[in-house]
Amino acid sequence: MSTQLLNDRDIEFLLYEFLDTERLLSRPRYEDHSREIFDASLRTAKTVAEKYFANHYEKGDQQEPTLVNGQVEMIPETKAAWQEFTKAGFLAAHQDYDEGGMQMPEVLVRVIMAYINAANIGTAAYPFISIGVTNLLRAFGSEQQKSLYLPLIMDGRANGTMALTEPGQGSALGDITTLAEPHADGNYRLFGQKMFISCADHNIADNVIHMVLAKIKDAPVGVKGISLFIVPKFLINDDGRPGARNDVVVAGLNHKMGYRNATNTALNFGEEDGAVGYLVGEAHKGLGYMFQMMNEARIGVALGAAAIAYQGYNCSLEYARQRPQGRLPSCRDPASAQILLIEHADVRRLLLAQKAYSEGALAMCLYASAVFEDQNTAPEEADRERARLLLDLIIPVVKSWPSKYGCVSNDMAIQILGGSGYIREYPVEQMYRDQRLNPIHEGVEAIHGIDLLGRKVSMKDQAGFNIFVEEVTKDLAHATKAGLTDNLVAGLKIALDTLCLTTDALLEQVKADTDKGLANATMYLDMFGRIVAAWIWLKQARLAETRISAGNCGDQDVAFYQGKLQAARYYIEWELPAVQQLAALLDSGNRVTFDMKDDWF
Amino acid sequence: MKILVAVKRVADYNVKVRAKSDNTGPDLANVKMAINPFCEIAVEEAVRMKENGIASEIIAVSVGPQSAQEQVRTALALGADRGILVQTDTDLEPLAIAKCFKAICDNEKPDMVLLGKQAIDGDNNQTGQMIAALTGWSQATFASEITIDGDAVTVIREVDAGLQTVKLKLPAVITADLRLNEPRYASLPNIMKAKKKTIDNTTPEELGVDTSPRVTLLKAAPPAERQAGVKVEDVAELIDKLKNEAKVIS
Ligand SMILES: Cc1cc2nc3c(=O)[nH]c(=O)nc-3n(C[C@H](O)[C@H](O)[C@H](O)COP(=O)(O)OP(=O)(O)OC[C@H]3O[C@@H](n4cnc5c(N)ncnc54)[C@H](O)[C@@H]3O)c2cc1C
Repeated sequence: MSTQLLNDRDIEFLLYEFLDTERLLSRPRYEDHSREIFDASLRTAKTVAEKYFANHYEKGDQQEPTLVNGQVEMIPETKAAWQEFTKAGFLAAHQDYDEGGMQMPEVLVRVIMAYINAANIGTAAYPFISIGVTNLLRAFGSEQQKSLYLPLIMDGRANGTMALTEPGQGSALGDITTLAEPHADGNYRLFGQKMFISCADHNIADNVIHMVLAKIKDAPVGVKGISLFIVPKFLINDDGRPGARNDVVVAGLNHKMGYRNATNTALNFGEEDGAVGYLVGEAHKGLGYMFQMMNEARIGVALGAAAIAYQGYNCSLEYARQRPQGRLPSCRDPASAQILLIEHADVRRLLLAQKAYSEGALAMCLYASAVFEDQNTAPEEADRERARLLLDLIIPVVKSWPSKYGCVSNDMAIQILGGSGYIREYPVEQMYRDQRLNPIHEGVEAIHGIDLLGRKVSMKDQAGFNIFVEEVTKDLAHATKAGLTDNLVAGLKIALDTLCLTTDALLEQVKADTDKGLANATMYLDMFGRIVAAWIWLKQARLAETRISAGNCGDQDVAFYQGKLQAARYYIEWELPAVQQLAALLDSGNRVTFDMKDDWF
Repeated sequence: MKILVAVKRVADYNVKVRAKSDNTGPDLANVKMAINPFCEIAVEEAVRMKENGIASEIIAVSVGPQSAQEQVRTALALGADRGILVQTDTDLEPLAIAKCFKAICDNEKPDMVLLGKQAIDGDNNQTGQMIAALTGWSQATFASEITIDGDAVTVIREVDAGLQTVKLKLPAVITADLRLNEPRYASLPNIMKAKKKTIDNTTPEELGVDTSPRVTLLKAAPPAERQAGVKVEDVAELIDKLKNEAKVIS
């Protein structure tokens, strides 16, 4: 893929202007760091992304992994990418120094991943999930488990997987049936089947460390009876040497729409005498452990969505600037030269919408990462707590808005390329297929709607919600001299007021009847998403306004900031007002979809 | 063996540089800067020599503004041991840069000076040659392979006619061509380690170098825009135009 990865100027803007990442340098954890180190790390990320990930984006799609005599075969570039990722030090970038890490701030690690995602989302899945597994092990594994498994993954000798889903259970994990039987050796033997497990076999490393959710025999029913186990593909002897093959096998590969270079497997545990599993932490607390890692994973999925949308935008922009086609409606001279696609108003609409979605999604993910950072390293406990509450609230939105509108965005990229967009000779159709996963994994959209309205908004007397409203209101408060964003402020203010009223109305409805009250939760999630996106855009627009009116920017910078302002205008003037229509349906408790009956279809 | 390796701060090769509107030079305000790609190749070669036990110390040297420290730091992250920044805010010509290197050679007494064959900003292709002249050391430019053999070095040079192999006595000045190697990237741990390596600051004045320019820049202008093509009726007209209008054939 020749298209540039993301946009370095935007990354610089987001990191150092929008999020003021340099402020972190005053925190003790980051005293060894500097902007120079951040920038050098990003250069390395871009190099690795361009050289070792982007080089097989199409190839990994066209030659998807296959299962031959029980062995997964895949293109060799995958292994090189995995090894370079590890060698570059990205796997441990966020960890403590004494654990072999670089103590890199969260948001920097996210930008590194954004480049990798933009280059090749399928191959990026291997390190992405492995980072999650190392975090999980660090947080909840015993000392012995950590010393046995972490070095394996950190050196790239094994990757990690998260095995939650089963053929019968996806969204409703409480009902999983994989069984863990206590064994005389003090460990467990697992029996059952997992479905859709990503990266669970490959030829990029010698071993695979599965993190598996299962129920210990006679465990309590539902989510309170789920435990977490380490199940390595090859057992590891206590001295760290590889041991016997464990009783976990790939029953088959799923043939996916996108993300194809990430193997996707049906896994069988215990076809013979049971897969040896090692309990992590306490029994029955497994789902809780997983959930504590959830915010990170969800920002991670959204970041992938943002990056794919960004690449679709980059591609279609490049195309629109090169392809001559047609003339303006006003042109009466058939002999005149054709104009470029970008000169058509409707193409600019499609591009501007993509800009609003993709840059907005990336900004939203990085903002969430900065809040995550504050939750962990803000100097005052009060600020850490505030960040925690805010992040918990917005996570369903941060996961869902980029995923949903990433799909819309990649759809528009195809539209700009026309027929060329629909054929495999151009990359935008692949991006669209890759993108389509994001509203499905890490919780389908509906689950996030219910999480937001049924749990997050009302949690702790609406503490998170109130913080959110305060934060937005802060940004609405101060008027500016230039006045370039006045109407944007006004637009968001109306939408925020609407959100507050709708939220009150819906919480009443939920109280009165849980099922009816939550029936339209996905629409509430969309409404909330539009407001968060508009807020993120207003923040960017305000900065742009300040820079432009200072009057000391070069031409290219002025154009950059004008682009930010225009995208904010587009989003707030064109897409935010849909909030009112949603509010009308939600406030009145509209029951049209709820009342629909099975036999009426 | 001690190697001095030159690193120049230039506009990143991805950046489309524009001329300033007053035609006084390229507009570098807020432009992304990077190590000159040929210098990167020189650094890589030095680091490989160190990894192979041939070199014992690599000193990365840059002549440029304070911000060029960033490029020295990059070289340190790639594997150089320490750095020297000859700080100056004037845009130095190759001769002045070569004189700075000569002074540093006098102090450091390296066995080899490794440079890129040219920097992508001025495209001068002079600094290496001038250092060789000033130090009186042997030189091999456009290197695509370097083999050390005791106190001699064999260099395969890329020349118009093909490849030329030369053998030089050390100390020597060698400039890197594109195919010498493929530079590595700096891993995160090495970026962090580079922070702890030292960079000594000096100035042309301290080195006793006269930097007054010998060349006057008259004007920097963007290339003329390409004109639209014309359609010709037949081959005869084409040949006529090539002969008489474009004057590319006779
Ligand atoms: C490419 C890919 C990679 C994956 N990787 C992994 C992995 O590595 N590890 C892993 O454990 N899993 C993985 N998954 C599984 C993924 O997380 C699940 O597919 C997802 O959680 C949805 O579960 P499901 O497919 O069973 O759909 P279901 O739960 O059956 O849901 C289908 C649809 O029904 C609706 N629905 C379901 N429940 C509700 C509800 N309560 N309220 C309202 N509507 C509802 C929604 O519209 C939903 O989209 C992966 C899936 C894919 C496709």
